[in-house]
Amino acid sequence: MKRKFIWILFLLLFLLHQDFWWWENADLILGFMPVGLAYHAAFSIACACLGGLAIKYAWPNDLEEFAEEER
Amino acid sequence: MTTLFVIAGYLGLLVALGFFSNRLFRGTSKDYFVASHSIGPFLLLMSVFGTTMTAFALVGSTGKSFERGIGTYGLMASISGLVHAAIFFLIGIRLWAFGKKHGFITQIQFFRARFESDSIGYLLFPILVLLVIPYLLIGIIGAGKTIEPVTAGAFPALFTNPTAPQWLGGVPPWLTGLVVSLVVLSYVFMGGSRGAAFANTFQTIVFMIMGLVAFTFIINALGGINNAGNVPARINEKDLIVQDYRFDKKEGILKENNPPKPIGRVVESESSNLTNKQPHFWREPVVAEFKKKNPKTGELVPFERELGIPFITFVTYLFIPLSVGMFPHLFQHWLTARSAKSFRLTVIAHPLCIMIVWVPCVLVGAWASGVLPPGIPPPAVLSEMLNLLVGDPILIGLLTAGVLAAIMSSLDSQFLCLGTIFTNDIVIHRSGPNKYSDKQIIFIARCFIVVIVGLTYGLAMLAKDANVFDLAIWCFSGFSALFPVIFAALYWKRTTKEGAIASIIAALVTWLYYFHKSGYGGEYMVGPGIVPAAICFAVSAIILVLISLVTKPPSKETLNKFFPSKSEL
Repeated sequence: MKRKFIWILFLLLFLLHQDFWWWENADLILGFMPVGLAYHAAFSIACACLGGLAIKYAWPNDLEEFAEEER
Repeated sequence: MTTLFVIAGYLGLLVALGFFSNRLFRGTSKDYFVASHSIGPFLLLMSVFGTTMTAFALVGSTGKSFERGIGTYGLMASISGLVHAAIFFLIGIRLWAFGKKHGFITQIQFFRARFESDSIGYLLFPILVLLVIPYLLIGIIGAGKTIEPVTAGAFPALFTNPTAPQWLGGVPPWLTGLVVSLVVLSYVFMGGSRGAAFANTFQTIVFMIMGLVAFTFIINALGGINNAGNVPARINEKDLIVQDYRFDKKEGILKENNPPKPIGRVVESESSNLTNKQPHFWREPVVAEFKKKNPKTGELVPFERELGIPFITFVTYLFIPLSVGMFPHLFQHWLTARSAKSFRLTVIAHPLCIMIVWVPCVLVGAWASGVLPPGIPPPAVLSEMLNLLVGDPILIGLLTAGVLAAIMSSLDSQFLCLGTIFTNDIVIHRSGPNKYSDKQIIFIARCFIVVIVGLTYGLAMLAKDANVFDLAIWCFSGFSALFPVIFAALYWKRTTKEGAIASIIAALVTWLYYFHKSGYGGEYMVGPGIVPAAICFAVSAIILVLISLVTKPPSKETLNKFFPSKSEL
C-alpha cells in the first residue's frame, strides 16, 4: 500500500511537471525569479521530499540482505 | 595573466590529489575499477552528482538559457531531479546488489550473465564507446570555450588567431583541451576509481561553491537582486528586441541605454501581446531575427533563433534523463558503494544539488540576453558574463576553475569507465580470468585510457565549434534509447537475449538515423517538436517486447539468479 502511494506521488509529480498553465507568464517572484523557474525550483524540492518518502516507506531491505549474504 | 596562474594552480592541486589517492591505492584491479566497494554516502553523492553534471550543466545550461530562456530548467534540470532519483532507487540499488553478489564490475558483465549471451557484450561495447565519446567531447570543447575568453589579452604576441576577435591573446581551445586531458589522465591513471571519487568530490564542492560565488558577483554587478530581473532583453511596441542596459566595464557599473538598443526583431509568434515582455523569462515560442558579426570579414550577418520552448518538446524531453540508467560510468560509480544505504543520501540530495547548480546558471543565461551581443557562441556565454561583470582576475580565475572542475569531474569517470569495460569485457573476457596478473590488468586498463584520451582530444579539435548542449543531448538520447534493455533486464522475467539484442540494434539504427538528419550533432526535432530520444526509446521498447514474446524465455537458473524470490522490488 505504501509503495503504491509512492508510485501515485511519482505520477502526480510527473503530471505537475507539465505546467502549461504558466507557459506565457513572465511575472517575477520576489522581484527576480520568473514564476516558471520558481515553480520548477520548488518542483526539485518536492522531488527530494519524494525521495525521502520512498526511502522511508519503500526501501528494498530484502535486496540489501540478498547482496550481503553468502559472501 | 593572474587568472591563468590561479587556473594553473587549481590544475596542479588536482594532480597532487592524484598522487594522494595513489598512496591509498591497494594495488588490486578491484580497487582500481570499483574502489573495493568502499565508498560511503557523501563520496557517492558527490561522485555521482559530479559525474552527471559536466560542461553541459554549467556552460551548456547558461548558453541554452541565453538562447531559449528559463524553460531550459524544466526541460532538463527539474525532470532530471525526478527521473534520476527514481533511477538511482529502482535501478542503481538493484544493479549494485547484483554487482556485489555476483562480482560484476561492468554493465556488460551484467548483461552477459542476465541474457546468457557473449555476443550481447561484443555488440554493446562499441555502442557504449560510440555514445560516451560525444560526452567526453563536450567536456574538452566546453573547457576550451571557457578559458579563451577569460584569458583574452594574456598572450597577444603568442596566440594571434583567436576564435573571436575580442579574445585575441587568450589561451586557445587546443591548448586548454590538451592540458585538461593530461590533468584528468594523470589522476585517473594513478588513482583509478578511488582517485576519481576523491577528485570528483573535491571538484563538485569547488564548482558548487564557485557557482554560488559567481552568481552573487553577477547579481551585484547587475544592480542587485531586484534590478537583475529588469536586465534581460525586452520586446518593445514595434516588435523589436531591445536591450535596456549595458555594462560599463571601465566604471564597473550597469548603465541604462537611452533609448534602448535594438538587437533583433520578432519574426513569428502565436502570442498576441508581446509588448514589454521579456521572452527569456517565459516559455512561449517566439522566432526572432538577430545579427552577428562574421569574425573574418566583420560583416553583420542575420540569423534566426527560436526563443522559448514548444510544449511538445518540453513533454518529450522526459526521455532524455532516462539515459542515466544506461551510463556505463554511472554503473561503475554505483558499484563503488559500500552498501545499499550509501544510496540514500544520493536519492534525496541529487535533485537539490541539481537545483543549486542549475537555477543560477539558467538565470545568468537569461540575464545575459540583456547585456551580451546575441551572436555570441552559446558555450561562451558564462565566461563572457564573468569576464564582463566580475572585474577581479583572481576571482575570475577561481570561478573559471569551478567551471573546469565541473567538466573534469565527468571526464575522469568516463575515461576510467572506458578503460574498465575494454579491459574486463574484451581483454579478460577473451583471455580468461587467469591469464593476466592484477598488475597486468591495471596496466592494460591504463593503456586503453591513454588511447581514449588521445582519440577524444583529436575528435574534440575536429568538432570544436559544436554546441555543447546539443551534442550532450545526442549522447543522452542514445543512452535513453537503450534504457528499455536495462529496465526490462531487471524487472521483466520474459525478456530474452534475442529481444535485448534486437532492441539494442533498433536503438542504434534509429539514433544513427536522427543523428545523421541533425547534421551530426545539431538541434533536431521531429514533426511538431518531438525530441528524437522519444522515438528511439519507443522503437527500442516495442522491438524488445515483441521479439522477447516470440523467442525462448531465459533458463530457470538465470531467472532464479536475477529474480530472487526474497526481493521486495
